[in-house]
Amino acid sequence: MAELLRTHPLEGWSTRVERLPDTVRITVEPYVAMVDVRLGAVPAEASAALGVDLPTTPNTWVPAGTGRAVWFGPDEWLLTSTTEAPEELEARVRAAVVPLGGSATDVSAQRIGLRLTGARVRDVLAKGCSIDLHPRVFGRGSSAQTTLGQAGVVLLALSDAGDDHGVLVRSSLAGYLADWLLDAALEFTTTPAS
Amino acid sequence: MQLIACPWCGPREEVEFSYGGQAHVPYPDDPGALSDEEWAHYVFFRANPKGRFAERWKHSAGCRRWFNAIRDTATYRFERVYRLDDPKPVIP
Amino acid sequence: MTSTHRAPEGGRIDRATTVEFTFDGQTLTGHPGDTLASALLASGRHRVATSTKLGRPRGIAAAWAEDPGGLVQIEEPFPEPMLLATTVELHDGLAAHGLPGQGRLADVPDSARYDAVHHHADVLVVGAGPAGLAAALTAARAGARVALVDEQSEAGGSLLSGTDRLDGVPALRWVAAAVAELAGHPEVLHLQRTTAFGSYDDGFVLALERRTDHLGAAAPKHVSRQRVWRIRARSIVVATGAHERPVVFADNDRPGIMLAGAARTFLHRYGVLPGRQAVVFTTNDSAYDAALDLHRAGVRVQAVVDARPEGSPRRREECEHAGIRVLSGAVVTGTQGVERVTHALVAPFADGEVGAGSAIACDLLLVSGGWNPAVHLFSQTRGRLRYDEALGAFLPGEQLDGLAVTGSAAGVFDLAGCLADGQRVAGAALGALAIPPAGEDRLPTAPEPVVPAAPLVLWRVPDTSGAEGSTSFVDLQRDATVADIARAVGAGLRSIEHVKRYTTIGTAHDQGKTSGVLTSGITAELLGIPVQDTGTTTFRPPYTPVAFAALAGRDRGRLFDPERVTALHEWHVAAGAVFEDVGQWKRPRYYPQPGEDMEAAVLRECAAARTGVGVLDGSTLGKIDVQGPDAAVLLDLLYTNLMSSLKVGSVRYGVMCGVDGMVIDDGTVLRLAEDRFLVLTTTGGAAKILDWMEEWAQTEWPELRVHCTSVTEQWVTLPVVGPRSRDVVGTVFPQVDVSTEAFPFMTWRDTTLDGVPVRLARISFSGELAFEVYVNPWYAVAVWQRLLEAGRSYGITPYGTETMHVLRAEKGYPIIGQDTDGTVTPHDLGMAWAVSKKKPDFIGKRSFARPANSDPLRKQLVGLLPVDRQTVLPEGSQIVEFLADGRLPPPPVPMLGHVTSSYRSAELARPFALALVKGGRSRIGETVHVPVNGTLVPVEVTGPVLVDPEGARRDG
Repeated sequence: MAELLRTHPLEGWSTRVERLPDTVRITVEPYVAMVDVRLGAVPAEASAALGVDLPTTPNTWVPAGTGRAVWFGPDEWLLTSTTEAPEELEARVRAAVVPLGGSATDVSAQRIGLRLTGARVRDVLAKGCSIDLHPRVFGRGSSAQTTLGQAGVVLLALSDAGDDHGVLVRSSLAGYLADWLLDAALEFTTTPAS
Repeated sequence: MQLIACPWCGPREEVEFSYGGQAHVPYPDDPGALSDEEWAHYVFFRANPKGRFAERWKHSAGCRRWFNAIRDTATYRFERVYRLDDPKPVIP
Repeated sequence: MTSTHRAPEGGRIDRATTVEFTFDGQTLTGHPGDTLASALLASGRHRVATSTKLGRPRGIAAAWAEDPGGLVQIEEPFPEPMLLATTVELHDGLAAHGLPGQGRLADVPDSARYDAVHHHADVLVVGAGPAGLAAALTAARAGARVALVDEQSEAGGSLLSGTDRLDGVPALRWVAAAVAELAGHPEVLHLQRTTAFGSYDDGFVLALERRTDHLGAAAPKHVSRQRVWRIRARSIVVATGAHERPVVFADNDRPGIMLAGAARTFLHRYGVLPGRQAVVFTTNDSAYDAALDLHRAGVRVQAVVDARPEGSPRRREECEHAGIRVLSGAVVTGTQGVERVTHALVAPFADGEVGAGSAIACDLLLVSGGWNPAVHLFSQTRGRLRYDEALGAFLPGEQLDGLAVTGSAAGVFDLAGCLADGQRVAGAALGALAIPPAGEDRLPTAPEPVVPAAPLVLWRVPDTSGAEGSTSFVDLQRDATVADIARAVGAGLRSIEHVKRYTTIGTAHDQGKTSGVLTSGITAELLGIPVQDTGTTTFRPPYTPVAFAALAGRDRGRLFDPERVTALHEWHVAAGAVFEDVGQWKRPRYYPQPGEDMEAAVLRECAAARTGVGVLDGSTLGKIDVQGPDAAVLLDLLYTNLMSSLKVGSVRYGVMCGVDGMVIDDGTVLRLAEDRFLVLTTTGGAAKILDWMEEWAQTEWPELRVHCTSVTEQWVTLPVVGPRSRDVVGTVFPQVDVSTEAFPFMTWRDTTLDGVPVRLARISFSGELAFEVYVNPWYAVAVWQRLLEAGRSYGITPYGTETMHVLRAEKGYPIIGQDTDGTVTPHDLGMAWAVSKKKPDFIGKRSFARPANSDPLRKQLVGLLPVDRQTVLPEGSQIVEFLADGRLPPPPVPMLGHVTSSYRSAELARPFALALVKGGRSRIGETVHVPVNGTLVPVEVTGPVLVDPEGARRDG
């Protein structure tokens, strides 16, 4: 059986992204399985079935297997997996939460992930994100659904130093956001000729 | 740029929210039992006070949850936000 | 030209380096550290321009943003209008000329970069003068996150303009140490050349940083020229200082007339002697410093004219010691000189009466009428001001939460007081934020302050010139005078806001920095009421002008409005598609082949879909996954028709209405499982309908066990359309029996392609046999290519939105939002069949029972066929009807309705349209008229379905 060709929305950006310096490194993280989980006030029961304690503190995320569990709302989470196929993840999570009155929907292609690392990442994000990203406020384990530039995003703090962030963006807006990030990073990428 | 305190996400800039009009206007139990005038009041008529007003808001760009707020329409100040299942506070 | 007026030493300019610039075509020189104004003054030049209305010569009258005189147009390095010479930092190659009140925008695009940055602080300090620095140090030492912004090129504020000493050494040494200390605190952001121009709700302050302007042509291109800082501070300390206020007298606008404090600034900061022969006119002690400093620098000070009867005994003594004549109880009543002041007319002044005067020769007339605290940010934050009778100025009149005013902005005018007050205010801010203060918070010792003699509040000198106040300028930029205020008051205006609008005072570039309080004072005087009752006009952002380019920031060009693209976008681009904007989406409108225009391409694409096979990228369709035991209950409440009876594996078309019964969206619904549906919405309705469903589910029926999740981008949707679509789909997905019997219309089937899940649905938006292919967009390109390959022998034709529209319109399928406008019910669309009579209730049902909804004259969707078989009716055209005698009714001609969709049809070989027409269904067969380009085109009213009304084609 021939493998069906896969593409992601940021194929055309790879060259420009690769030219960025270490202070603003952008890594595209495509093809991650993601499921939107809805569940009432019973995450304790769900933990065993899902294999992860869904975070109940707003605007946080926790590791979950090879992926993450991100708080999206008082009854909503995003579960990700880098090892399962989207339909496998959806099936597994549905089996766990439907009996508890919950639901689960494959949203793997709704968003694409970018990882932003480097000492200048916070400065780049501050050009378009109105929430406070200071590591004391937005340390590892923090998350936020907010806007970056004019794109809705999910921001994940991946380090306590403010130098490692995950950004999930709608696939259709990934090109806009990549352009936006490259433009925002420009002042950190080149030095004047003189 | 005002901050609005989402009951879940905390203070965020007002552009992350959308407005939902007057709060505590329930959908009638049996619309068919209403006169045209009573129905029109439900569909079209809303209070428009100067001062404290109970309104619905939604954190559109964040957790997408609806909530209620008491806001002063003259000063724009949010005096209180509360969840949908909280009772309506007494407005002085 | 040499710098004739440069002091031999002093100033914070780099005398070792010379920069060349041109002004009004003349080449001049200055030094780094100069402003354009200081360099012009150093060249002996006061006059900058002529005034906007009267054409009177005007010059530099202040040293910073309050200057009402020195407006310039920059030509090089980039054209920029309406800047103040006092705020333009000098650099090599600068070219400028004076402006009579109006500038010229660049006629070439601005290639400079502008950006915005969000910043969060515990304490924002605005102003790096003594009070601001003290506040910033106190907050920084406590470990708070501090932002310190200051509009000048360097910190120091008033200390840059004087000779103050702290701890027995020049105060600027302390400034340097303070700046260095702040730089050592990792949580301090210190920005110079940054003007806090607006203070808004909840501690939000906008500040403009001029990052590279001072570098001229050497400015790096990859760094933003200006940056808007969007600062959110938990606490704000306003230490913005004070503006000196002039006194108004006749002919007070001539070049060479300057605020006294400004002359000190030019001397101490820039090493410039603004004149050779000076007269100083004052109502308070502060101007004596200017007189004495200029005297020491070699300026001949002809006289200090002090309006106070007794003047200031202590300052008089100092002047007499220096050999400067002091005239107490005297005023300047007027001036002489055209291009520059040559004489000050000085006269005795007692009890408001002016005596006989004499002329004193001078080329510099310094004026001080006191100081106005810069309360702009406080007032913008809705802080109430109070008038201080002794100072003749408005001060903060209340405590605000989270914003405190300190230093001379709060009316504290001595150095020791400013330092202590800054420290105190910052301490209070820390306390409110529960940040413990630092153990060690030492500030330097300032000399014991000398209590100044009480100032005199004098707004204007009575006009003895005979001009009746018409040359006594209040707002130099607007050429507005005391006579104008008198005229406004004479016209019955009492509110200061009305006086402002009548006289235009305060509406120019400087927004009344020198004229505002004067206007309040003079108006109060003329009305005979207390100044407190007059008040001030409202302070509004921006404090100083901000370029639109800076406000636009990076939201220009590609980043102006985000473009959303589908997974197949690159393929569409490569195929030469012409795109259409549908909301933020870029959708292929048509794919022209060489030599084709849109009409030809669309006719070809339509013919392919009707006779062969076409394929569309329909990925932008909104998709919502609705899950839960009560999913069907929610859908039954939201759709006009019954969804709970839909069988798993089947598809149903549905219509949604608002509570008013008007159609808000339509689309198909796939039942995936007993507890799971896939709802399809229009492209434009995707977000709106998800919100709509969430709103009802969350706010009205939270007890329903149902969840809605957007999956718009989880699935690409590829309609394969036309009589040969079955062949194509059957080839690509061989496991699926695509026969009508096994796979009937309005059903869906799941399959896989090389292990990848694929969903097929027999849905048709064209009336033709059609299959919609749903797949994860990761595989969109691969599946699209498989379809094209399989369809090659059938001439498979990619088509765009234009063809999609023609095909659906030929079938009378409305587009919500194009063929409807929020006033259209399902019945108006001829869709009574989609309105359930069984359901007890659904959103909109009650409204259908209102009498207005059964009015036979409601507008209804019909088809229109132009009788000439030629005219494509413009969409939006009105529809009119002739009278029985075949003539048009007299104006206003009643409108029957309007054309909502109009195309040329390949299938019908003629143009056709859809329209909303009053009582439309009862008019089928009638002829009505549509005005097109001045002629009335007769059109036949038909039913909306023009192609295959029997539906014979949908199964192929």
